[in-house]
Amino acid sequence: MDTPAAYLHWGFILISIPNLLLIGLMIVLFALALFIPLPGEKEKA
Amino acid sequence: MRPTVIAGPTGERSRSWTGRARAGLAEKLPMENLLPDRQPYYVGSWIYVFGVATIAALVLTVLSGVILAIAGPEWWHISVAGRFFNSLHFWSVQLFFVFMVLHLWGQYFMASWRGGRAPTWMIGVVIFAISIVAAFTGYLSQQNFASQWIAVSAKDALNATGFGAFFNVLNFGQMYGVHVALLPAAIIGLVALHIVWVRLKGVVPPIDVMPAGTRPTPKKVR
Repeated sequence: MDTPAAYLHWGFILISIPNLLLIGLMIVLFALALFIPLPGEKEKA
Repeated sequence: MRPTVIAGPTGERSRSWTGRARAGLAEKLPMENLLPDRQPYYVGSWIYVFGVATIAALVLTVLSGVILAIAGPEWWHISVAGRFFNSLHFWSVQLFFVFMVLHLWGQYFMASWRGGRAPTWMIGVVIFAISIVAAFTGYLSQQNFASQWIAVSAKDALNATGFGAFFNVLNFGQMYGVHVALLPAAIIGLVALHIVWVRLKGVVPPIDVMPAGTRPTPKKVR
């Protein structure tokens, strides 16, 4: 963890790969939360 | 000016400020709204879980932080248990921010400021801003080369914005005190206020369910 992260660079966009992965994971989590029903809620839908 | 006489929850009338405060609270925030055991059907969604997940991460952050504060930097840098709690503190903060941003996305797309809920939204915004400062002062409080480097780098940025006139990020005692006392107290207090405001107005319904100002009556909840 003490070594510098690798960075991706497109034009003015500069982002580390860990940050990019985390943002991607959060978007996936958000999408899953929209579509996956909460356990025990199926019969009430 | 004579104080307004307000009937209390049991019908008694009191002129004292405590009596009026009690009656006002009972009217605006009855116990069934403050500690509800039933919620509208639309709350049964993972989107509504992100807020409580954020609070769970905050609890873990505070508890691990208390242990770190008691034991001190030598312990958290050198001993196995100390490094574990140091990591626990760090990763619970990461979870806190991840869930807070997911909660923010969910509330943003639901336009959660509808129906008189703007104070709830604004308190959340302030919590978010204070949390960023808390995380920053946490990085400064690590007591290692990384924290020194972050402090030296941040000094110029803060001076450029003008905030450097009020804080010296190179002053470890100031940063540590702010990190372990002032900011956690502010965050915990505002989170409590945030929850009370949610209880006052009820959970915001999805946009197509009902008018935002409507508070579902017990007959409408499951």
